[in-house]
Amino acid sequence: METYTLIVLLLAATIRVATPLLLAALAGLFSERSGVIALGLEGMMLGAAFAAAAASAVTGSVWLGLGAGIATAVALALLLAFAGVTHRGNQVVAGMAVNIMVAGLGPALALAWFNLGGQTPQLEGAGQRFLALTWPWADAARAAPFPGLLYAELLSGHNLVVYFAAALVPFSAWVLYRTRFGLRLRAVGENPSAVDTAGISVTRLRYQAVMISGVLCGVAGTYLSTAASAGFVRDMTAGKGYLALAALIFGKWRPYPTLGACLLFAFTDALATRLQGVALPLVGVIPVQFILALPYVLTVLLLAGFVGTAVAPKAIGAPYAKEK
Amino acid sequence: MEPEAQASAPALELRGIDKRFGPVHANRTVSLSVAAGSIHGLIGENGAGKSTLMNIVYGFHRADAGEIWVRGRRVEIGSPQDAIAAGIGMVHQHFMLVENFTVLENVVLGAEGGRRLAGSLAAARTGLAQLARDYGLDVPLDAIVSELPVGLQQRVEILKALHRGAEILILDEPTAVLTPQEADQLFRMLGRLRAQGKTVILVTHKLREIMAATDRVTVMRQGAIVGEFETRATSPRELAEKMVGRAVLLRVEKAPARPGATLLTVRDLEVRDRLGVARVKGLSFAVRAGEIVGIAGVAGNGQSELLEALAGIRPPSRGEIVLSGRELVREGLDARARHRLGLAHVPEDRLRMGVVAGFSAQDNAILGYHDLPAYRRGPLLDRAAILAGCGKKMAAYDVRPPEPGRRITEFSGGNQQKLVLAREIDSDPRVLLVGQPTRGVDIGAIEFIHRQLVALRDAGKAVLLVSVELDEILGLADRILVMNAGEIVGEVAGADATEEKLGLMMAGVKGEGHA
Repeated sequence: METYTLIVLLLAATIRVATPLLLAALAGLFSERSGVIALGLEGMMLGAAFAAAAASAVTGSVWLGLGAGIATAVALALLLAFAGVTHRGNQVVAGMAVNIMVAGLGPALALAWFNLGGQTPQLEGAGQRFLALTWPWADAARAAPFPGLLYAELLSGHNLVVYFAAALVPFSAWVLYRTRFGLRLRAVGENPSAVDTAGISVTRLRYQAVMISGVLCGVAGTYLSTAASAGFVRDMTAGKGYLALAALIFGKWRPYPTLGACLLFAFTDALATRLQGVALPLVGVIPVQFILALPYVLTVLLLAGFVGTAVAPKAIGAPYAKEK
Repeated sequence: MEPEAQASAPALELRGIDKRFGPVHANRTVSLSVAAGSIHGLIGENGAGKSTLMNIVYGFHRADAGEIWVRGRRVEIGSPQDAIAAGIGMVHQHFMLVENFTVLENVVLGAEGGRRLAGSLAAARTGLAQLARDYGLDVPLDAIVSELPVGLQQRVEILKALHRGAEILILDEPTAVLTPQEADQLFRMLGRLRAQGKTVILVTHKLREIMAATDRVTVMRQGAIVGEFETRATSPRELAEKMVGRAVLLRVEKAPARPGATLLTVRDLEVRDRLGVARVKGLSFAVRAGEIVGIAGVAGNGQSELLEALAGIRPPSRGEIVLSGRELVREGLDARARHRLGLAHVPEDRLRMGVVAGFSAQDNAILGYHDLPAYRRGPLLDRAAILAGCGKKMAAYDVRPPEPGRRITEFSGGNQQKLVLAREIDSDPRVLLVGQPTRGVDIGAIEFIHRQLVALRDAGKAVLLVSVELDEILGLADRILVMNAGEIVGEVAGADATEEKLGLMMAGVKGEGHA
């Protein structure tokens, strides 16, 4: 009974941790499927986290916060596209530049505006944050372990962004495989020449894709600072952008497998949190540092050994230029 | 539709097209008129400006000056989209296909018709069935493109153009990747298109194709048009002269061979590919000093694997190779050791195996020979000697421009090949293996390369020539072995060989004197 509750709570935590990861990974999916390396996910998310928390704190509206978060991430995405698509710069360098820039700029602006040591003010209440929604009868259902607890913890009890992220997976798959835009997006990441000779603008398609990734990173960042926690703190993305990229590769650039990879990473993360200070049979208490490293160790192992033949979009990272 | 107006107006007319890429004058006020319902050839050497001109027509590049008229109406073409709208379709030399898409998805891309795919795919399926009936263009619509043979991929490109309503179809070097049979199939298909009133522009540097497939032919040289002929009223010799700007020998003159001692012997050689499939099945033959032995066959019948096994790049699964008394396979001699024993190799795929694309000409000129004392000073390379050596090779083999420091990819295919040939022949080999020596090489250089091979033979060396160009085999080889499905299906003396005879054997019909 006790174990059962523990597992359900662990799964609920997994969902919460997976949400920003999933949003960022899908953001990366759109970008990379168009042939633009998504190394700037981390920076776009962090920028959005800061902007969302700042706007929400100042205006008192989390929706304005979301708007500011998305606007910031899209602006950074445009910068990436300008460097990597228009000017055919190195997309890895551009992505890293954005990550480093935002890592410094966020806390600096926070210090200048709020004078709280590089943080934004504590967000309070439903106005300033995305809070968990409780579905009808959830509290009553909690009493019955099955299926009541599952309903209360796994279906109910999350904030709007979580549901948005969940709905985004089938939607992304639909866009990618069932629409004209998706066909062109997949084509431009494989062979931009084919797209160009078919009379479609490669530049425009890639800009669209990178801006979509900006919007999704905006939502992911907003989630971090207004839903998962109550304000922006320095480096609060903590490598989630890179982890999302790993999940994307692990998921072979497809929506559903990417969801699976995000859930797996999130589960190890949730598990690590749970295991802190817990004495395990045989090994005893595992040092916190080791447990915290677990998701990352797992990532490396998975990417090194178990991905199999992950075939990246063929034109990824290659700026498009007409040949003479 | 006004049939009257259409009949009189040319399908495509270019007036004074001019284009520069920096210092290169790619098109010099080119004017060209293509009659509706005809197959029009555009021929010229590599770099003559044919592709640039066609890319301008297709909206890939914009002309600096000049006008494009389609069916008597002036059109502005600034992008492929404009060209498609004007009824122009183009099949590029390197296919513009998304390899992991299905045929259907490739055809639909860019011509979807609606935001959702399901409808467009269904509509395209119906349309393509109609095209397949009209022109005999059958392609499995749900196959993944990368899994189709090259000939079918090209068909997908043609379908793409027709699906977009192309009335004028431009094909840029369409046979570069095709076997002779596939090329013939293509030409028959083009004939059907013409019969249905379509206009075809065939861009090529191969004389034979022009003669076989076109109604009229325009010759380009150095960006300008230098002649236009009724195909029936011209000859390959006349066209070749126009292309090169001087008289060229299409066939090398050579004295009868005087074969000497056997230098290379192959016994029961079997070579398997990565999947374990036997590609060379128990071949036996010998090459003697002072003769050129030609290996003819349709590409992909084991010739490449044979060459690689002989050169020491790919280990054979069975059999013996004897080079002037040494057992290469049994002694485990690798490519480098074979080099030292006097076996030189001009590989088939120049850019992949013959040169390092990022290197300069002088560094490429010592590849594989970099450890010769002549190029070394202690543990270091002797740059001065390398430079001088490359300069000498360039002068002897007429490599243009004679600039050793220039990157190899900035030379034309013919000049790259001349340098590779210079490198291998200069090593003074006893046996030279040559694969497709004139692939992607212009006519002027072909003549030169052929003369070098004959000169090598006359100097008492053994030459093993592998080529899919029948003309080349017929013109050079003293003895011809025909390969089909990994076996030698026949041997013919060079003097007795004809295209028909070889063609039959290449198709697998066993000939006399089975080796």
